[in-house]
Amino acid sequence: MTRAALRAVLVAALLHAIPAHCADAWDYALQPQEIAPDTWVFVGRAEDFTFANGGNVVNTGFVITAAGVVVIDTGPTVRYGQQMRAAIRRLTPLPVVRVFNTHHHPDHVLGNAVFAASTVEATAEAAAALRAEGAGFVDNMFRLVRQWATGTEVAVPTRVAVDGPITIGGHTFELHRMRGHTDGDLVIVDRTTGVAFVGDLVFDGRAPTTPHAHPDDWRAALATLRRWPVSVWVPGHGPPSRGTDAIDATHAWIDWLDAHLRTAAASGRDITEVLRDPVPARFATWGVVDAEYARSVLQRFPALERAELKRADAR
Amino acid sequence: MRARHHCSGLAAGLAVIAMLSTAAAADPAADPAVDPMGSAAWADRTRALFGDARVVFDPRVEVLAPKSAEDPLQVPVAVRVDPAIGADRVFVFADYNPIVPVLSFEPRGAAPYLAFRVKLQQSGPVRAAARDAAGTWHVGHTWVVTGGGGCTLPALGRGEKDWETRLNEVSARVWVDALGGTTAARARIRIVHPMDTGLAPGIPAFHLRELRLVDAAGADAMRIEVHEPVAENPVFTVEWAHAAPPLPLVLTGVDNNGNRVDAAIVR
Ligand SMILES: [Zn+2]
Repeated sequence: MTRAALRAVLVAALLHAIPAHCADAWDYALQPQEIAPDTWVFVGRAEDFTFANGGNVVNTGFVITAAGVVVIDTGPTVRYGQQMRAAIRRLTPLPVVRVFNTHHHPDHVLGNAVFAASTVEATAEAAAALRAEGAGFVDNMFRLVRQWATGTEVAVPTRVAVDGPITIGGHTFELHRMRGHTDGDLVIVDRTTGVAFVGDLVFDGRAPTTPHAHPDDWRAALATLRRWPVSVWVPGHGPPSRGTDAIDATHAWIDWLDAHLRTAAASGRDITEVLRDPVPARFATWGVVDAEYARSVLQRFPALERAELKRADAR
Repeated sequence: MRARHHCSGLAAGLAVIAMLSTAAAADPAADPAVDPMGSAAWADRTRALFGDARVVFDPRVEVLAPKSAEDPLQVPVAVRVDPAIGADRVFVFADYNPIVPVLSFEPRGAAPYLAFRVKLQQSGPVRAAARDAAGTWHVGHTWVVTGGGGCTLPALGRGEKDWETRLNEVSARVWVDALGGTTAARARIRIVHPMDTGLAPGIPAFHLRELRLVDAAGADAMRIEVHEPVAENPVFTVEWAHAAPPLPLVLTGVDNNGNRVDAAIVR
């Protein structure tokens, strides 16, 4: 049985197991918020993926230009992508002419399949990573949000993002390829409105995720972002905001986490001890901070610990 | 349980599974036939593992592990046994693994403490049983929720590309006056080994079998009997409570194919 066929059977079984009144309730209730002229954001919850939230834990956005709609990220499932597209259509009859993925993580790209393949664009690194890891992402999304993910398949971006400005329908978008949250982050700045879509390089009010992170590159990217004249920052997770507080908070978390784990590894502490360390009070109010800290420890500590070891030769 | 599967998705941003609550601390006086972890087969399990020996739950046997582990192939576990138990042997096992025993260790000069990584087939209890001088097994445990199926992290970057030529290569470090002076010494030891369980089709069991750590004065520090569920490229942390051992430490051992481990740990 193919993966897709198996999934179809499993989904059918699950659908059968739930009350009929739930079957048409897979509604993310997406409400676009207008954050600047022509510019809208769907703000997700500061939570982890659960069946209850359907994976709506991420920000996506769109810009309505005279030549069509530019979409930034497509959400965690095809259902989300469909509902996003429907919400856009309630605001404009114009077609979606470009879809940017800020990076390859599942909550940002698994709605891609809703949009014309020829419009979807990301960095070459993000496309390669999604090609390699996408099937696993989909499996995991099914495990976490179950029927919300019905129909979700990977759609790898076909357009390769390059640095520089592009003008679409009177809006000039600057594309910046960056690195830090992943190998292939893409920041989209709309120079016409001053809105910057920075993806998961910035988190606000929710602990950053680090499975593909490069802490030094990430800090360098944040230092670069901070200097830009931007009117509204749209983080990957957390509310859009003016000012650089979210950038600084993300930077502070990476600083603390990196230093904390390095110190722990260098002093011979065991990972099971490090897992139990408390998160500093200044981060303690963030969504899912304890779980995200533990995930980061499990992801990052083994390599740091290994770097402290030296080859022990035979006698 | 070995990572020879096609699943390669890293659960970036994908997170945690509802966590099952860990059971309350066990009481040595509690009915040893009733498992605080709720495993119905516990009575049968204890008979199979411990025969007629007396088995008690004992909070002085601490098993530390993450509540949730996305990568079921590298689940960190530490076992700390209260020295008051006087344990001569500690047996670690995972009830729901197809191969239940994980390892046994015998603390000699080293403290009754060992940290390592384990492969878990599914969510469930990880337990340690420490044997006292009277032959009674004192059992502690924790519950680990795994991401399931080993599919949430990529095989990419895991392990050694050239492991055949580096088989049984040891890297290590010793910390004296470790952890702010609360511990006389700690050693961390990593051994390059695929640790194949034999359960993946076409890949025979190939795993370390025993390890022995001796200090420069010839005093036995720790013996470890290793089973298949210990994770690939095992990492062990050993501790000395009162006095640091004279260096170098000598690590010797063998895998199930007769390949030897032999290394002098000088720092
Ligand atoms: Zn991300």
